[in-house]
Amino acid sequence: MDADGRDVAGARHTFRWGQWAARVVVLVVAAMIVHFLVTNPNFEWGTVWAWFRAPSIGRALWTTLWLAAVSMVLGTLLGVFLAVARMSANRLLNGLAGVYIWFFRGTPLLVQLIFWFNLAALLPQIGIGVPFGGPKLVSWSTNDLITPLTAAILGLALNEAAYMAEVIRGGLLSVDPGQREAARAFGMSSGRALRRVVLPQAMRAIIPPTGNQLISMVKATSQVSVIAMADLLYTVQSVYNRTFETIPLLIVAVLWYLIVTSVLNVVQAFIEDHYARGERGTTGLPAMVRRRLRGRRGAGRAGAPVTTIEQGDRA
Amino acid sequence: MSQTGTTTRAGTTADHPVVCARGVRKSFGDLQVLKGIDLDVRRGEVVVVLGPSGSGKSTLLRCINHLEVMDAGWITVDGVQIGYESRGGRLFHARDSVIARQRQRVGMVFQQFNLFGHMTVLENLIEAPVGLHGVPRDEAVRRARRLLAQVGLEGREDSYPRQLSGGQQQRVAIARALAIEPDLLLFDEPTSALDPELVGEVLGTMRELAAAGYTMVVVTHEISFAREAADTVVFMDDGVIVEQGPPEDVLGNPQEERTKAFLQRFL
Repeated sequence: MDADGRDVAGARHTFRWGQWAARVVVLVVAAMIVHFLVTNPNFEWGTVWAWFRAPSIGRALWTTLWLAAVSMVLGTLLGVFLAVARMSANRLLNGLAGVYIWFFRGTPLLVQLIFWFNLAALLPQIGIGVPFGGPKLVSWSTNDLITPLTAAILGLALNEAAYMAEVIRGGLLSVDPGQREAARAFGMSSGRALRRVVLPQAMRAIIPPTGNQLISMVKATSQVSVIAMADLLYTVQSVYNRTFETIPLLIVAVLWYLIVTSVLNVVQAFIEDHYARGERGTTGLPAMVRRRLRGRRGAGRAGAPVTTIEQGDRA
Repeated sequence: MSQTGTTTRAGTTADHPVVCARGVRKSFGDLQVLKGIDLDVRRGEVVVVLGPSGSGKSTLLRCINHLEVMDAGWITVDGVQIGYESRGGRLFHARDSVIARQRQRVGMVFQQFNLFGHMTVLENLIEAPVGLHGVPRDEAVRRARRLLAQVGLEGREDSYPRQLSGGQQQRVAIARALAIEPDLLLFDEPTSALDPELVGEVLGTMRELAAAGYTMVVVTHEISFAREAADTVVFMDDGVIVEQGPPEDVLGNPQEERTKAFLQRFL
């Protein structure tokens, strides 16, 4: 060893009293919380467990899930169009998308939901025909069209589209303009260049905030309870309005929301890993898991045999 | 290089110029970048465009395939004005899909390579042939492997661009440009972003293409490449072509003061 003690291999970490004190404090507080959760009879864990598995809560959870999924898909599709329009050189498209985003981001979701639900008060009939009071080809009663379900999907999807448009636009801007230029130079139309070259690379920047949006969406669906849509929160509320087991039922809702968002976090990690291909240094758990799976399946993968043959040739 | 540059397509003949530019003008705001350029590129000819930075040479190159929209004048590639279409004797700005089709036989190599980062080397090479030219996938793959061997990168087809050195990326980019069986190859400062020790491998590949008879327009700062590989050297300065001719004339015995001053800096 170095006699002067300069060799960094021998360097030690200073013992940090502050760090250890902080750890002790955190441990004590955590123990207090657990103690509170376990010993406070007002949580009524038995009731929580019973309702946690109740079929009515399961149906409500299902409503929440597919409402979030449908609204997210519709919102994302519309968001892609808005993002592309917002970035287009066409002033008309650009302006229209700008106004849309301005309006739907600028007003509370709750207000939009109530507004769509009460659309009939503003517009009793919806039809297709000659505008400005001309004859109608077909016409529907707004009250028939706008149910809690359609109002919820309209409200959530249209609102989501405004946010997703900005998320997607940010992703598209993160891709080197040279990529688009090369695609165009090789004879791709702008639509094809977007689909094949720009969007796939924008996904890396789009996925993390989209995960945020999806998790927000799952929770935002709770706002449809104001228009009598039987989602998780609405159902939980209607139960405790009857039984007065307010806290246990709210905990049931909290647990289910946490479970769903946790699963989404894991899914997001896998999707991020998929779109990280082409980048060096893609570590992280999903990458490890996928490599293991691939190793086990071996040459069964499409495309893998080619590599095998080549390596065989060289050997 | 098995491919020859003497193949002719419908409507063109061997002595008809591949590129024909007349009176090309282009400004960026108040700055006039091209002040009336006339240029012909014959089939199989290698034209090397030299000139100081800001002389307009890259802009001229990008006008050829309409990546840059010129203000006045015209350029034809194989008789087609890329970016425009004529209807009833009048010229219209072409629609996006038409422009895309007009560009499909022009290969381009960029300073920053611009390989598609999310695709493997092989996918980069077959993207245009399969997706745009309707070449069957297995045939495109076979051709791509042959091209990779030509540029000295066999066995790298499953690599992603970021896993390759700059010189290797640029050679893949050249192979990608060859994969579309181009009538014309455009090189926009292909070695300017490379470390000095990697310049040679790319220039070597380009020299082979020149010898194989490809029609090439090369914008570069590499005087040595111009001397060895060019049929015609074009010297540009301040938006005009100052001097053009065979390398032994323009480089060996320049007539214009500006050419002499530019070349002086490389001695």
